[in-house]
Amino acid sequence: MSALLQRRPPKTPQNTAAPKPGKRAGKRPAPGRQRRENLAAYGFLTPWFLGLVFITAGPLLASLYFSFTDYSLIGDHNWVGLENYERMLTDERLFNALKVTFVYVFVSVPLQLAMALALAMILDRGVRGLPLYRSVYYLPSLLGGSVAIAILWRQVFGADGLINQVLAFFGIQGEGWVSHPDYALGTLIVLNVWTFGAPMVIFLAGLRQIPAMYYEAAAVDGASPLRRFWNITVPMLTPIIFFNLVLQFINAFQTFTQAFIVSGGTGGPSDSTLFYTLYLYQRGFGAFDMGYASAMAWLLLMIIGGFTAVNFFASKYWVFYGD
Amino acid sequence: MLSQERTRAQRVRRLITHIGLIGFGLAMLYPLLWMLSSSFKPTAEIFRAPGLIPETLTFGNYPEGWEALQFPFHHYLLNSAIVVAGAIIGNLVGCSMAAYAFARLEFRGKRLFFAIMLATIMLPIHVVIVPQYILFSELGWINTFLPLIVPKLLATDGFFIFLMVQFIRGLPKDLDEAARIDGCGHVRIFCQLILPLSMPALATTAIFTFIWTWNDFFSQLIFLTSPDMYTVPVALRTFVDSTSQTSWGPLFAMSIVALGPVFGFFLAGQRYLVKGIATTGIK
Repeated sequence: MSALLQRRPPKTPQNTAAPKPGKRAGKRPAPGRQRRENLAAYGFLTPWFLGLVFITAGPLLASLYFSFTDYSLIGDHNWVGLENYERMLTDERLFNALKVTFVYVFVSVPLQLAMALALAMILDRGVRGLPLYRSVYYLPSLLGGSVAIAILWRQVFGADGLINQVLAFFGIQGEGWVSHPDYALGTLIVLNVWTFGAPMVIFLAGLRQIPAMYYEAAAVDGASPLRRFWNITVPMLTPIIFFNLVLQFINAFQTFTQAFIVSGGTGGPSDSTLFYTLYLYQRGFGAFDMGYASAMAWLLLMIIGGFTAVNFFASKYWVFYGD
Repeated sequence: MLSQERTRAQRVRRLITHIGLIGFGLAMLYPLLWMLSSSFKPTAEIFRAPGLIPETLTFGNYPEGWEALQFPFHHYLLNSAIVVAGAIIGNLVGCSMAAYAFARLEFRGKRLFFAIMLATIMLPIHVVIVPQYILFSELGWINTFLPLIVPKLLATDGFFIFLMVQFIRGLPKDLDEAARIDGCGHVRIFCQLILPLSMPALATTAIFTFIWTWNDFFSQLIFLTSPDMYTVPVALRTFVDSTSQTSWGPLFAMSIVALGPVFGFFLAGQRYLVKGIATTGIK
């Protein structure tokens, strides 16, 4: 991504009236050709422009507008000013949803990334059959977001589920994990950690980029494996760690399917799996309280945007971009 | 002597690594394998047998699950297939067009638009879903497949634009120049030169679009409101909501049916998947 951002296209000539004579003039496209290229580009971008206006940026602005109204799909809507935002301040379920989501994000993402890095490092040591291991570990990432896996989870962590059957084998009487308010969120955290394969593949690609001579030099100097890990692997890998962190944070904040299926759409037991997106769905499409849902959507945008910004800002202090 | 000992120690270590990796892989896949085997068990056995080999082998779960909902299950499979096919075509057309402009053409506002495009990758769908729903309901598109397909045609999956831009930039520019000198316009260069050369990127896009759309639940739950339009994930959801303890066998069977195509694509497209994730970080 960074390579892409660095490679800036040459500026479009703005003052074609007075092109500098000399060797550079030949490099610039003639004004007629540039205009044709402009037109062609806008032609190719027409679908994207339409999408921007009607599907992404347009609705983004529209939801800001709706957040100041009492829109409910039926009947007229009125401008209510900051009322939705004021209601949010006293909405205990909203605060609970924020708490649930934060716990989920801040527990599951670090665990998932730690797992991904550990496995990537083991696999990077020239293990035979790497492609097979990589595929096996990656598979849960592809399936993890599906309804079918959430159904499986509901059974596995249920009162008579797989986990308790195994525990019973050891004489332990397990809880109904998904139906217990203290444990239900934990089962979803386990589910997210289970999908560590995608960041693992990215870590593997990153580990490949670290020149072997660094390790050789360190080994010659007698550095222990632990020191090699902290002083070579981690610093060289910080851009990848950062990238995975940003990506998985954003993903985790948007988790919906698993919580919806495991709790049957309620966010229960006692709101312990009421993820922010699930509550937003309940307000917007259960109660058709779309003004309020729009205000919630903007809060979500602010939170995700804020965390991403903090991540980028903090990255200056710990991410190491080689030479 | 010393080197012999060392290689032996190495071999033992390698063996331990493999045992560990295999054991861990099996532990990870165990729930999946268990679900597969359980789909051939009578429901009562699912709740007391953690083993993989069914004591009583039954195939009845599949026909029972197939007919358990309002429509036979192939109705939902067909709906999902239509949505997925539309989404794939949409992404291939819309995103490749945008990618060609960003990768090969110079135009006013390019940097700004490119930055906006990158920003939309991070835009959560939950933030725009309410106005989208309002727009689509004004258009009378609710409970049709259009809200799930048209946005793809309008290149709203920035991921894939980004992926293709990266790929097209890697193609030698001399080819375009030569074609230009031969009098080819942009449309011809795009259709006859860039697209055929971009097959790997297009394949990655198609595979990921398949898997994501097939698994997608949130937007299908919102936009599809009547059972005859339900796709597989939404149908499974009504199944699980109506399921009592007694029909977990059929439910598992249909879950396996739902996972099958993703698994198939995973096997067929592994090369593209791994390359795709490694270059763009998408999941």
